[in-house]
Amino acid sequence: MAARTLINVPKKAKRGEVITIKTLISHPMETGFRHNTVGLPLPRDIITSFVCTYNGEEIFRAALHPAIAANPFITFHTVATESGRIAFRWTGDNGFAAEASADIAVG
Amino acid sequence: MNVAVLRSMLWIALVVAGPFAAALPALGAEIPPDQRRSGYADMSPDNKAMQDDDTSNPGMLAVLDGEALWGTKAGTANRSCADCHGDAKTSMKGVAARYPVFNAARGQPVDLSQRINICRSQHQQAKPFAHESKDMLALSAYVAMQSRGDPIAPPDDQRLKPFIEKGHALFMQRMGQLNLSCSQCHNDNWGKNIAGNIMPQAHPTGYPIYRLEWQGMGSLQRRLRNCMIGVRAEPYAYGAPEYVEMELYLMQRARGMTIETPAVRP
Amino acid sequence: MNRTSLESSQATRRGFLGAVGAALIVRPASATPASMAVAIRQVVGDAEPKRGKVKLNLPPLVENGNTVAMGVSVDSPMTPQDYVKAIHVFADKNPLPNVISVQFGPRAGKADISTRMRLADTQTVVAICEMSDGSFWSDSVDVVITFGACLEDS
Repeated sequence: MAARTLINVPKKAKRGEVITIKTLISHPMETGFRHNTVGLPLPRDIITSFVCTYNGEEIFRAALHPAIAANPFITFHTVATESGRIAFRWTGDNGFAAEASADIAVG
Repeated sequence: MNVAVLRSMLWIALVVAGPFAAALPALGAEIPPDQRRSGYADMSPDNKAMQDDDTSNPGMLAVLDGEALWGTKAGTANRSCADCHGDAKTSMKGVAARYPVFNAARGQPVDLSQRINICRSQHQQAKPFAHESKDMLALSAYVAMQSRGDPIAPPDDQRLKPFIEKGHALFMQRMGQLNLSCSQCHNDNWGKNIAGNIMPQAHPTGYPIYRLEWQGMGSLQRRLRNCMIGVRAEPYAYGAPEYVEMELYLMQRARGMTIETPAVRP
Repeated sequence: MNRTSLESSQATRRGFLGAVGAALIVRPASATPASMAVAIRQVVGDAEPKRGKVKLNLPPLVENGNTVAMGVSVDSPMTPQDYVKAIHVFADKNPLPNVISVQFGPRAGKADISTRMRLADTQTVVAICEMSDGSFWSDSVDVVITFGACLEDS
């Protein structure tokens, strides 16, 4: 099963309004500092980067470290400038990549 | 770890021995209905907020996975849950609030996860989900969430009675190297601090839960196993009938309390 | 030793016996105030962050260090002339000092983010923001992690 994402973007907004965007993604964020039941180290497996674009233009970027909790939750804001698509991309260790998007109508 | 073990034993000893030093309260007595409270009530504002908002509750990731499974055809019968049960929002409403129920074919009670696997093997001719597997937790979270807000309403089924009584006996039975029963902590000492945590009353209102300690979802069986390990008892194997008996008793004990699935707990 | 996700929490007999012998010798690498200072220096260069403008929101007392709600907001008009370029968060007693770094532009409208972080132990968390004029501002919060008495497997 691919990573599950849960994003919350308002469907409609007024031009110039500051909107809140919430994102949640399923990922263990294995720190690389833990061991399994027989004492072998668990290799690091984390999301390292999160990028949000608004009609193709980057509006927010985060670099994540092992201190971000499992199933990373990130909220931020942006100005609703025009109708279109807000897209999200998470990338990480072991070739991890996940995408999600939401459409917004700005009037 | 050594420090943690010693600290853990000391704290449990202090908390549980405490009441014996003072005037003896009615030990082992059940919690009066008007004093019952969900573990939710003792959480920090941040953790309550995490549970309350479906766009921030990490348990919703499992619920969404479960919703996808509900509509996915499986097994040689090539049938989905939805093919038989339709929209879970109506067909599954109230189901988790009354489980476990008596299964006549088996002659014993089954919990929700066992019921899901009966459907898989009998109606979908699919491989049963493993205990605590991602798929089992997801589908049971999706089914249980359809009862969110409903009062816990165990059926009045005489066939369940001996199993509920067994569950009650297990709840009162001392176990493990610390020689403690469930009741000694959760009936006699709820609301007190056990080191940094508040002792909950142990009501099964929100399972499967997203537990911060686990950094993921887990079943009531996993939670019961945690407690058994906590008192240094050998936990029953996953799927053991004792867990269903304990769940039956706990659901009786929590009758009328509100289903919260997917609950968040520390 | 604490029992959070950042360290092994397996209560196996071997783990217990091993820990008794090795507790004083083998500890997971842990960030120290010094290594946090180095990590901060990599972000701010020669600049000296001033107190103010940025507000780090963390509860003073935390029930479980595996998942702690954390927010950072910056007092800024977020105009093309005056905006927040980046926010960085550090912790001084996690295995590594870096937590998260985010980059903004004036299009954000509001410099206000939240996430959930891990705290291996009671420690100090620092937020630093970088403004469009090149200045750096900081805030810090001391967080106490409480631990329960009950050992568990995972």
